[in-house]
Amino acid sequence: MTAIHKEAVIVGGGPGGLAAAVKLKQQGITDIIILEREKQLGGILRQCIHDGFGLTRFGETLSGPEYAQRFIDLVEQEKIEYRTDTTVLSISPEKHLTAVSPQGLLEIDSAAVILTTGCRERTRGSVAIPGERPAGIYTAGVAQTYLNLKNIMVGKKVVILGSGDIGLIMARRFTLEGAKVEAVFELQPYPGGLARNVEQCLNDFDIPLYLSHTITDIIGGARLEAVIVSEVDEQKRVKPGTSRRIECDTLILSVGLIPENELSAGASVALDPRTGGAYVDENFMTGVEGIFAAGNALHVHDLVDFVSLEAEKLAEAAAKFIRRGKLPVCGIKLVTDKNIGHIIPQSISGTKDVTLTLRVGRPLTGGALKLQQDHQDLLSQKFIKLVPAEMIEIKLAKELIKSTSEIKVVIAHE
Amino acid sequence: MNRRFTCIVCPNGCEITAELDGGKIVSVAGARCKKGGAYVRQELTCPRRTFSTSIILEGGKLPLVSVRLTKPIPKEKIFAVNELIHRQKAQAPVRIGQIVLENVLGLGSDVIITKNADRLS
Ligand SMILES: Cc1cc2nc3c(=O)[nH]c(=O)nc-3n(C[C@H](O)[C@H](O)[C@H](O)COP(=O)(O)OP(=O)(O)OC[C@H]3O[C@@H](n4cnc5c(N)ncnc54)[C@H](O)[C@@H]3O)c2cc1C
Ligand code: SF4
Repeated sequence: MTAIHKEAVIVGGGPGGLAAAVKLKQQGITDIIILEREKQLGGILRQCIHDGFGLTRFGETLSGPEYAQRFIDLVEQEKIEYRTDTTVLSISPEKHLTAVSPQGLLEIDSAAVILTTGCRERTRGSVAIPGERPAGIYTAGVAQTYLNLKNIMVGKKVVILGSGDIGLIMARRFTLEGAKVEAVFELQPYPGGLARNVEQCLNDFDIPLYLSHTITDIIGGARLEAVIVSEVDEQKRVKPGTSRRIECDTLILSVGLIPENELSAGASVALDPRTGGAYVDENFMTGVEGIFAAGNALHVHDLVDFVSLEAEKLAEAAAKFIRRGKLPVCGIKLVTDKNIGHIIPQSISGTKDVTLTLRVGRPLTGGALKLQQDHQDLLSQKFIKLVPAEMIEIKLAKELIKSTSEIKVVIAHE
Repeated sequence: MNRRFTCIVCPNGCEITAELDGGKIVSVAGARCKKGGAYVRQELTCPRRTFSTSIILEGGKLPLVSVRLTKPIPKEKIFAVNELIHRQKAQAPVRIGQIVLENVLGLGSDVIITKNADRLS
């Protein structure tokens, strides 16, 4: 089969892919195509029906589907080619893509490949809960799909493990759909999701949140009957004598998201174990020239507004790459101390102003976030409190960068 | 007396400590913007919330279509409004912004469709 040629292929038609496509087109790159596995464009936002999207972008608070539609409308207006029901199966380091759709196989050679494949949820396997395997256990995202897209109510008495935003949002959804949410249990001593979601999804409905707790057993035959929960100490060891039984027919797991990177290995794209996504430079280019990544495929975002922004920055750089065939070398590495969970990008050129995005590894109070090069502070930002649920941005002006040595990102305590 | 609030107006979710004197706000601390003070004032007088849910879509490509409130309503009215919304059905096709319930329960907020959905042809 002969391959078609494109200037850019965008893998994934969620908010990241849509924003990248529109920006590429506006930068004069016209020979592009979006490939999307689902029957519709819009990505995970199609099922995120709650509001709170678009406050930064549009200055109003929209639901997920409305936010996505604004970008879908732009894709239509700009007459950007897209194919839904089309799954990319593989990408080679030479940027040859193989995709499959009901019409058959599709082979594409592309100057640039943009990975906006989103993220997936951690499942029971990746958190290791012992006990039976009865029906009634779902990840929060799957329960969200059932409830919001398929009109299937998964249960009546619900326990939620993990306090990630989707779990919190689902606690409210279940309550409004008439189910009783018994409690949310979180292993960490702090909530995983945003404080506003703890407030408006749990506190508003008197749903208790137990921190430093985990599920130690699952009980049931064909269907879930109860879970055993226990308190844990600072080392996450179960405290003896703290276990209790909670009757429930449904257990929802909201234990984290991981960037979707099934295609990366085949393309020789190296992944950062801290983000689960690719190592990228300031152009959002991965270690493989011409392959770019943004959105949840790169690192998990809590706000779609930032996904759109990131994808647009990617597109500006990708447009330059497509026109010139190369981008400036990014030889300055960014390294972090143990307080920092991860940072994006992991390398920069030093020739342009950049915005660094990072998360702390655990809650921190009172201190300063510093960037250091050659043992000197490039900048220092004081903070009162930093939490892992919040993405932090630091602007670094090129004038501050003095050499090509690595830049250290550290927390200094007061 | 001090009372703590988590502002829900934007994703920053500022933890605001309000110093109160017999229901009156003496001072607020911890808000990163002006909206925080207004939020505390509202929480003390009449807490308001928005929410989203979905309703049955008849004759559509999707079984359900999502809806939301256009403006926050008093918190204690959430369940009443939710029940009313659940009794509604929409007929495909529907478009974003289409009104399902106008001025729901006289609370000054509309219930609107938030997803485009075509007719099953
Ligand atoms: C279950 C779940 C619920 C979420 N709920 C919220 C929420 O309530 N609020 C919030 O702010 N954020 C939420 N998020 C985060 C949200 O995903 C991001 O804000 C944003 O949608 C990310 O955009 P994206 O374009 O990077 O990824 P996505 O929206 O996930 O889009 C990725 C797209 O790529 C497609 N794709 C993947 N692999 C392939 C392939 N091989 N071939 C073709 N197409 C492919 C997928 O089908 C999908 O449409 C949620 C995430 C998940 C996983
Ligand atoms: S006080 Fe301002 S910045 Fe803080 S959460 Fe409220 S609206 Fe956001």
